[in-house]
Parts: sequence; C-alpha cells; structure tokens
Amino acid sequence: MNPVPLAIRLEGCARTFADGTRALEPLDLDIRAGETLVLLGPSGCGKTTTLRLIAGLERPDAGGRVLFDGEDVTARGIEARHVGMVFQSYALFPNMTVAENIGYGLRIRKLPIREQRARVGEMLAMMRLEALADRAVDQLSGGQRQRVALARALAVRPRALLLDEPLTALDAQLRDTLRMEINLLLRGLGITAIYVTHDQAEAMALGDRIVVMAHGRVAQVGTPRDIYHRPASAFVADFIGTMNRVRGSETADGFACAGGRLRLPPTGRGAAAVMFRPEDVRIAADDETADLAGTVTASFYLGDRTRLFVDIGDECPLTVESSARCTFRPGQAIRLNVQPDGLLVL
Amino acid sequence: MFLLPAAIFFIAFFILPMGRLFIVGGSGSRGWSAYAAILTDAVYFNALLATLGVAAATTVTTLLVSGVAGVFLQRHPFPGNRLLVSLLTLPLAFPGVVIGFMVIMLAGRQGLIGTLTQALGGDRLVFAYSLAGLFMGYVYFSIPRTLLTIMAAAEKLDPRLEEAARSLGASTWRVVRDVILPGLKPALISSGAICFATAVGAFGTAFTLATRIDVLPMVIYTEFTLSANIAMAAALSFVLGAVTWLVLALARSAAGSTVAAAG
Repeated sequence: MNPVPLAIRLEGCARTFADGTRALEPLDLDIRAGETLVLLGPSGCGKTTTLRLIAGLERPDAGGRVLFDGEDVTARGIEARHVGMVFQSYALFPNMTVAENIGYGLRIRKLPIREQRARVGEMLAMMRLEALADRAVDQLSGGQRQRVALARALAVRPRALLLDEPLTALDAQLRDTLRMEINLLLRGLGITAIYVTHDQAEAMALGDRIVVMAHGRVAQVGTPRDIYHRPASAFVADFIGTMNRVRGSETADGFACAGGRLRLPPTGRGAAAVMFRPEDVRIAADDETADLAGTVTASFYLGDRTRLFVDIGDECPLTVESSARCTFRPGQAIRLNVQPDGLLVL
Repeated sequence: MFLLPAAIFFIAFFILPMGRLFIVGGSGSRGWSAYAAILTDAVYFNALLATLGVAAATTVTTLLVSGVAGVFLQRHPFPGNRLLVSLLTLPLAFPGVVIGFMVIMLAGRQGLIGTLTQALGGDRLVFAYSLAGLFMGYVYFSIPRTLLTIMAAAEKLDPRLEEAARSLGASTWRVVRDVILPGLKPALISSGAICFATAVGAFGTAFTLATRIDVLPMVIYTEFTLSANIAMAAALSFVLGAVTWLVLALARSAAGSTVAAAG
C-alpha cells in the first residue's frame, strides 16, 4: 500500500544564509530506508535547517547534494520531492474542514473523487478523527490538530515523512500520548522518517538512530543506547540526560578525586576527569567499601525517587538518585559507590 | 448606556440628514417619482451605471495592483524597499483636485503620454478628460489606501501554511489560490469596500478633469448648482449614499465579524 521506503543521502550539505550566518557546516549523512532518524540538539544547532534541506525548502550551498535513492534531487523544490511534512505550528489550512485538509494533497494530485473519499476516510479512521471530519480546524484541540496534520501529510503516501518539532506546542501529558501514537504509526508504516526535536526523551523514545547536533555540526550519530551510554564527547554526554563530572587523576588502582577514589579500570591515557550518570551511583551501606564520601546539600522528592545533590569537595555537586522511601536532610553525611562500568573518560 | 454617545452621533449625523434628504428628494416637481426617474431617465441611469462601473473597475484594479505589490514588498526586503513603500503611500496626503491635475499632466492634451505616442509616430493619445482618466486617477488615489492594509495582512500570513501546501504538491498558483488569497480575504474585502465607496463618492478628481464626465457626484453637482433642481439632487444623493452604505454592509457581512472594524 505504501511506497517503498526511501533512502536519503546528504553530501557536503552546508547552508549559509543571505546575511552570512553559517547555519550548517558541510554535512554528510546517510538515512536508511524505513528508519526513524531523530535530529537532536539545542536551538540554533542546525537541525531544522538540515530537515529543510531534505524537504527542499532550502537549497544547500554550492557543492552540496541531496540524494533520494541515489537520485540527485538538490535542484527540486519540495513540491516535486513527494515528502510529507509536519510542522510545530500544525500549519492546517484555516479555510478548510478537517476532511478537506486531509484531502488537499489528493485534490492537487487530481485523484478520482471516489479514491479521494476512500483515502480521507482511511486516514480519519487511522488517526481516530472520524467524528471530527466536518469540523473547522479552529474548533480542534492541539493534539487533534497535530493528528490532522499527520493524516494530511500521510494521505498522499509520501516517500518520507519529515517532522519539525511536532509535539513541542503540546502540554506534557498530551505530548507523551501522541509520542507513543507517532512511534506506533511510524513503525507500522515502515516509512522513512526524519524527526527534529530538542527534547532528548522524545529522541530516545522515537529514534532508531539519533543525530546529536551542535553549532551546525554533527556531534554524534548512533542508536539511543550508544548516545546515552557511549557519548562521543563531553557535549553529547552533558546534553543527553544528567551527567556527573569529577576531576582528579588516574592512579595505578583507580581514579583519585576529592571525596575518595573511584574504581576506574586502567585507561592507559592518564584520565584527568571522569563522568558517570546518577543511576550508576548507589548509596553505600557499608562505610568501609564506599568509593566516595560527601555531604547532602539538597534533596528533592520526585514521587518515584528522591534526587540528591551531594558535595564531595569538587567544583560541582554530584547528582544522585535514591529510592523514594529514603529521606535525607541537608548537611547529612553520605557515602557512595559508583559502578565501575558506568565510569566514562572523554 | 455606553452606546448613548454612538446612538446620538448616529441619529444626528446619519438618520436625520438621510431622512431629510429622502424627504427633499420626493418634494420636487416630479414628486416621489424622482426616485423612479433615476432608473428610468437615461441621463441619471447611465450616470449611475458609469459611477458603479468606474468604482468597480477601480476596486478590482487597485486590489490586483496592491495585492501583488503588497505581498511582494512585505516578503522581499531589498534596499530602497521602505522608500518605495513611502512613495507609494504618498498620494494618501493628496486631495482629489491634485490627483486630477496630475492625471491631466500625464494624459491630458499637453500630457506626457500624448507627447510620447506622438513621438512614436502615432496620434496624440489623450484620455485624461474621460472615464478612463477618472479611472486612472481613482486607482492612483486608492492604491495607498489598500496597500498598507494588505501589507499588514500579508505580514500575518503563516509561511508554514504555504510550505505545507507546497509539500502536498501545490504549484505557486495553487498556493496563491488556496493559501494566500484566503489569508488576505478579510483585508481584500475591507480595503476593497473602502476603495469602492471612495470611488463612488469622489468628486474633486472628476470635477478637476472635466465637467462632462457623467458620474453621479458630478450629476448631483450640476442638478444642484446649474439646474437648481434641489429635489433631484437630493434624490440622487440619497441613492448614492444608500448604494455606498449597502456595499460596505455587504462587505462587512462577507468578511465576517473580525474585519467589521477595518471595513
């Protein structure tokens, strides 16, 4: 039913705006057919520009090429690339009903009326919008609007689906629900999807692979697991999740730092700083075997767990998570163990 | 209670004069048939048609020019853009008489267009003293009034809507038809209505160009001053006012409540 998924390749795609601002440094990127690739990064990192280059809404600087299944489409505008696009602001046509919005691309393609109706009905059912078919779009909630936008983009059976921060304008609970729906939808359709977001939880949940971007460059490409557990740089480590950083020096039997000694396996390059995630820290039951000693500076009860800030004498306090049932008060002495396989040296 | 000032204003400056005008219109030698005469007497009826025709042509042309120019100027900031906008909106400050004089300078007997066509080996083209001259003057007069409204509306158009339409395969023309025009519709209707109403009632330009241009304001003037036919002048004035009011009212209801204020 759906067209064969599309493989997309960017070759040396840079983008400089008319005022001389370099939005994107020369970028090479391979997007596999049928995968969901998430472009993740802070605002101004070039992720949206990359998406717009793929869409055909922007042209790369001279020398850059965009290839769809090996075919050079750099010179083609978006109307000739046959990709579906979903925007943060929904971009629904206000002068059309829900059904007319969904059927717009089909009318442009002059499909037979009967097929248009069938296709719109199919999309309404898929997105659970049947009851809203004749509504004006300004009568819909944010979540409903974004489902209409998805249905409209998918109705024309695009070769790839491009989503530009589609959930950012929604409230947290709705965002979670719709994220799950989009995930199921993309997996079900097997369509190549490129998803732009600045929300790392969204990226982790949706991406087959994630491209972390910063300052117009790719910082790392990898699976969510790779990005989280094996960050390629301090930027990626800091940007994804929470990361503790401890300064010190590597010794023959570990890593000496303020507050104690970490059981770092030998790296052979004389580490001066190590990083680890809060979930790799345990509160030590036994003072004798503890790696670090410190003082609780603040404690936040989060419902499912308690987040602690612990001062071990280094520049920044450590972030540690403990069971929600334990209570801590500021000033309390605490001993910690850090799992050796959670220690990262970058 | 809060509507009282508006109600007093409305009664004093609209209901009373219009009522009086209506009664005077029926008090002449023709009696109430003066109103029928507007439709049956060829002179009046042709003047009415000419007035509405020139106003309609002015409105369509103005919206076309201002629509294209307004969207372009709003979208493409080039050096001199703001200067051009201020030049285009300059005629806002000109009275109708000045506009009429400028039309004569351009398309009159000694005008630029005539000199040019003669130099090119043809006849001297002179159209300032006709409906065509009046039309040109009105268009020039109306462009600044519509341009700014359309530019303000164009600024509010969401570029994502156009990108969404293009992503679905829409050509430039389809984007204009399905996204830009519906987005500009309230502004087009409200500024078009103003443009039409102004063109229906404008007197200064017509009077400067020639006395034999038979548009309603001129006919009213001749009836009143030359023929001293006050009743007929009043009847024509009433109809002119009513037609203008009707057009504005229709425009308001067509554009929806959101632009009622702008209309």
